[in-house]
Amino acid sequence: MKPLDPRLLRYARTTRVYLALSVALGAATAGLVIAQATLLADLIARAFLGGASLAALRTPLLLLLGVVAGRALVAWLQEVAAHRSSAAVKSQLRGRLLAQAVRLGPAWLSGERGGELATVATRGVDALDGYFSRYLPQLVLAVIVPLAVGVRILSGDWVSALIIVLTLPLIPVFAILVGLSTRAKMDRQWRTLSMLAGHFLDVVSGLPTLKVFGRAKAQARTVREVTDRYRRATMATLRVAFLSALVLELLATLSVALVAVSIGLRLVNGEIGLRTALLVLILAPEAYLPLRQVGAQYHASVEGLTAAERIFEVVETPAPAGGTVTDVPDLTRATIRLDGVTVGYDGRDAPALADLSLTVHPGETVALVGPSGAGKSTLLAVLLGFVRPDAGRVLVDWTDLAAFDPDAWRARIAWVPQRPYLFAGTVADNIRLGRPDATDDEVRRAASDANALEFVEALPDGFATRLGDGGAGLSAGQRQRVALARAFLRDAPLLLLDEPTSNLDAESEAAVAEAIRRAAAGRTVVLVAHRPALAALADRTVRIEPAGVAA
Amino acid sequence: MTGVRPARLLLALFFGVLALGSGVALMATSAWLISRAAQHPPVLTLMVAIVAVRAFGIGRGVFRYAERLTGHDVTFRVLADLRARVYERLERVGPLRGGDLLGRLVADVDAVQDLYLRVLLPGAAAAVVGGASVGLAWALLPAAGAVLLAALLVAGLLAPWLSAVAARRAESRGAELRGELTAHVVDTLRGAPELIAYGAAPERLAEAARLDRAHTRTAARSSASAGAGAALATLAGGLAVWGALAVGVPAVRSGRLDGVLLAVVVLLPLAAFEVVAGLPLAARTLGGVRRSADRVRAVLDRPDAVREPVSPEPLPAPPYALRVRDLRARWTPGGPYALDGVSLDLAPGRRCAVVGPSGSGKTTLTAVLLRLLDPAGGEVSLNDVDLREIAGDDVRRAVGVCGQDAHLFDTTIGENVRLARPDATEEEVRDALRRARLLDWVSALPAGLDTYVGEHGARVSGGQRQRVALARTLLADFPILLLDEPAEHLDVATADALTADLLAVTEGRTTLLVTHRLAGLAAVDEILVLSGGRVADRGTHAGLLSRPGPYRDMWEREREHDDALTAGRIAP
Repeated sequence: MKPLDPRLLRYARTTRVYLALSVALGAATAGLVIAQATLLADLIARAFLGGASLAALRTPLLLLLGVVAGRALVAWLQEVAAHRSSAAVKSQLRGRLLAQAVRLGPAWLSGERGGELATVATRGVDALDGYFSRYLPQLVLAVIVPLAVGVRILSGDWVSALIIVLTLPLIPVFAILVGLSTRAKMDRQWRTLSMLAGHFLDVVSGLPTLKVFGRAKAQARTVREVTDRYRRATMATLRVAFLSALVLELLATLSVALVAVSIGLRLVNGEIGLRTALLVLILAPEAYLPLRQVGAQYHASVEGLTAAERIFEVVETPAPAGGTVTDVPDLTRATIRLDGVTVGYDGRDAPALADLSLTVHPGETVALVGPSGAGKSTLLAVLLGFVRPDAGRVLVDWTDLAAFDPDAWRARIAWVPQRPYLFAGTVADNIRLGRPDATDDEVRRAASDANALEFVEALPDGFATRLGDGGAGLSAGQRQRVALARAFLRDAPLLLLDEPTSNLDAESEAAVAEAIRRAAAGRTVVLVAHRPALAALADRTVRIEPAGVAA
Repeated sequence: MTGVRPARLLLALFFGVLALGSGVALMATSAWLISRAAQHPPVLTLMVAIVAVRAFGIGRGVFRYAERLTGHDVTFRVLADLRARVYERLERVGPLRGGDLLGRLVADVDAVQDLYLRVLLPGAAAAVVGGASVGLAWALLPAAGAVLLAALLVAGLLAPWLSAVAARRAESRGAELRGELTAHVVDTLRGAPELIAYGAAPERLAEAARLDRAHTRTAARSSASAGAGAALATLAGGLAVWGALAVGVPAVRSGRLDGVLLAVVVLLPLAAFEVVAGLPLAARTLGGVRRSADRVRAVLDRPDAVREPVSPEPLPAPPYALRVRDLRARWTPGGPYALDGVSLDLAPGRRCAVVGPSGSGKTTLTAVLLRLLDPAGGEVSLNDVDLREIAGDDVRRAVGVCGQDAHLFDTTIGENVRLARPDATEEEVRDALRRARLLDWVSALPAGLDTYVGEHGARVSGGQRQRVALARTLLADFPILLLDEPAEHLDVATADALTADLLAVTEGRTTLLVTHRLAGLAAVDEILVLSGGRVADRGTHAGLLSRPGPYRDMWEREREHDDALTAGRIAP
């Protein structure tokens, strides 16, 4: 992981401003540190050797007060800048991730990826705080301060400067060397560690089972033993891992001690003056301090950087280029032809859909049947433009579906997936998804058609009832009917329904089937049917087999 | 909250103090060395100081290493102890119900270890070394000691407190917005297919951006106060140096302070402030640890689910007859009754079933029979001995369960089955698997019994998971067996096959089958239909079907549903 990923500068522009600010503030810090050391050395030397009075030292003392105030101000500005930029950068990264996720589409988001990205976009991105408020400013300081301090020391005493110049680079070099030589060992222990770490949760989750078999009391000792084993394994890792910190500390403090002894001895011989000696003594630790702290802050930033890296990966995933034709034929008159469509899913031996040919005439209702896994839902995904055929094509009145602008094409479709998703918001908002400007009456009518009116009106606030995430608060059957209302309100010429009654009882199913029959008038309908009541609606039933076709 | 081992903690503290102290001593000794050297004394008089400077230079790094090792070691020991105690307590308070309570509890227990490593140890070391620094300054020049003390208090207590307060205030102000934003982001990603299909994505993204901007603005507003702590600490450090000069210079002139020591007095604060640098972080950590500790304590303080008898009756001799009379039970005192007046007789060899929709009290009944929950009224007796008079572990030697939530541990199939009887031979384990109709599958696996099942049995299918659990129950050979929705979460065909197998292997054994699916129940002697914690009807399968009632309604719905499924599968 790079300390400063250039992609962070590219994708979150605020980072550049912040970096520039940090450099400016870092330079100010370096200047103030040097000013403070110079003033202190001067004041001590004059008071000690010259016996100066407070009145005589008035000017440098006031200056020192100014420097002290200046350092506090810079510290405050740094925190403020870190806070603001961190919030802005997180916002930019989140925005990019969401936009790109939508661009990459449902096929890419399917499976575990949606959940994983949700975690990255929320908790992961939040972890960038540590990186921005602590690590990055330290990193800037670690570059600027040693350089400025080194130059200042050089102007006073070149021997001390030489000691610092020789030892300072050893710190990163040794840290890297120790890191490299311990990595193999760490990797080896990682598996053991993660296994031991999960043990407690495993045992606690299985406590009822342990109790049933009379093993619960005996396990208390095991919990202690396993955690103890975990401790020993971790300590073995840490003994090595902390070595790099040890090297760092040793080099830093030992160098300061060397500098102190060297100037002390040369002071005795009169080779340098007290003022210079004090200046060097005060400045020497400052040269090492930022480097020591960078090491300490690194761990605070790892989680955030990992999240950022994942976001960059997503943002850099090429999105499929959509077509550009916005002039989609009138689907009430256009014929849709699937011509040898084959869809292969990554990582599966058999294609999800193999060489399927099918013609859907305008105004026709086609039921798709077949065993699960045959590719019925995949076929709907192809029609929606979510999935591109790997071979074959979909023609709409002899124009390839791929040529159409995806949004323009989808504007002609209403779709009810197998497990419809309802958003946090009111029931009405959810029904209005595809037609935000629909009137209340239209929403009611759509709900009524979907056999949803009765239960919606029984909800505490009717259509204004707020649903939790994923439609929490409604049963699966109710969610399905809200999704149907959503599709009916969309009023699109092509209706794609994926088992729209799978969670309904017989009575509701009959009502919904009747509504679908009404909705099918003047529309083209492709529906995946598991149940006879639905298949009965169809003008034509098409059986899809895992291996191939029937039409 | 934990049984801390004082000696180990003190050792970690000792090294921490030495590490921090070496840093301060390095600066103080160096300052003296240079001041003294400026007076051009014979080099020999400086030798002690020179050696000391070098020793402190090495000591700091070495002690720090030792501190980190001992600190982590003691932390893990604390963790081991805490985990064991939490576990022992959990064993008594009964199951935690709902959501991801367990996952969070485990995370909270792990978080509490930070109390020692990141709060107490750095805090104590800072207090000791800070105090020693003040003491040293005081000995040289009392006024300088006072200045340092005041500054350290501001930087070590006031500043961390300020930054913790600022963090808390920002968090509470932004919490609602952040929650809304998080929910919106998660909602958008999960519902992306619908958003895209319905052309609603652009609007949704715009809304996300609006929420995000509002959230960012709130964060920006709180940034000013967030920086106050850091600024105050820096200011206090600078003022301490300045104040030491202001009192030191006149003291040198008046002879109250040896000039050689002026540099020590002035530079001591410079080094001493590194001591308190880590405290703001410690203060923020403390907030999080406190919340975790509160949640852990809330779990530990829950009352015992079951009152164990003081002088338990011995477990009666088999064969066992379990008798339930007018049983009432609830999960929380004062809460609604999950069971309200249920009676049931399980004579030796008799097989009964309890059916009803979810929430009708079926699982509560098994909990009471397993003595995982005390009855709130009525009586449960085993061979005429009140169940409450028998120790829980003894009851569970007579009554066993194979349930929907049977847990598979993250180990091998063999180990999971052997849990029931650790001394069972491999042949007995295989026999149990054979009776659970799993042996063929296990034998076909490359690693056989030594196949790992993964976390929560994630590497095997749902049906196999239940069968491993069944094999385990069969190996335990409980005289009375409760089967609690063993086929839950399985598809219908797998569920019915499992239920049929279950009823076959429990033939002639005292059994209570709890289920909401009725297929296969013709094989049991009596069926109780539960509804809202009460017995709505009871009888045999044939008897219950012969008259109108809840059982027949349930049966007809189930048939209809199955028919629809079957018909769908072989549709035209």
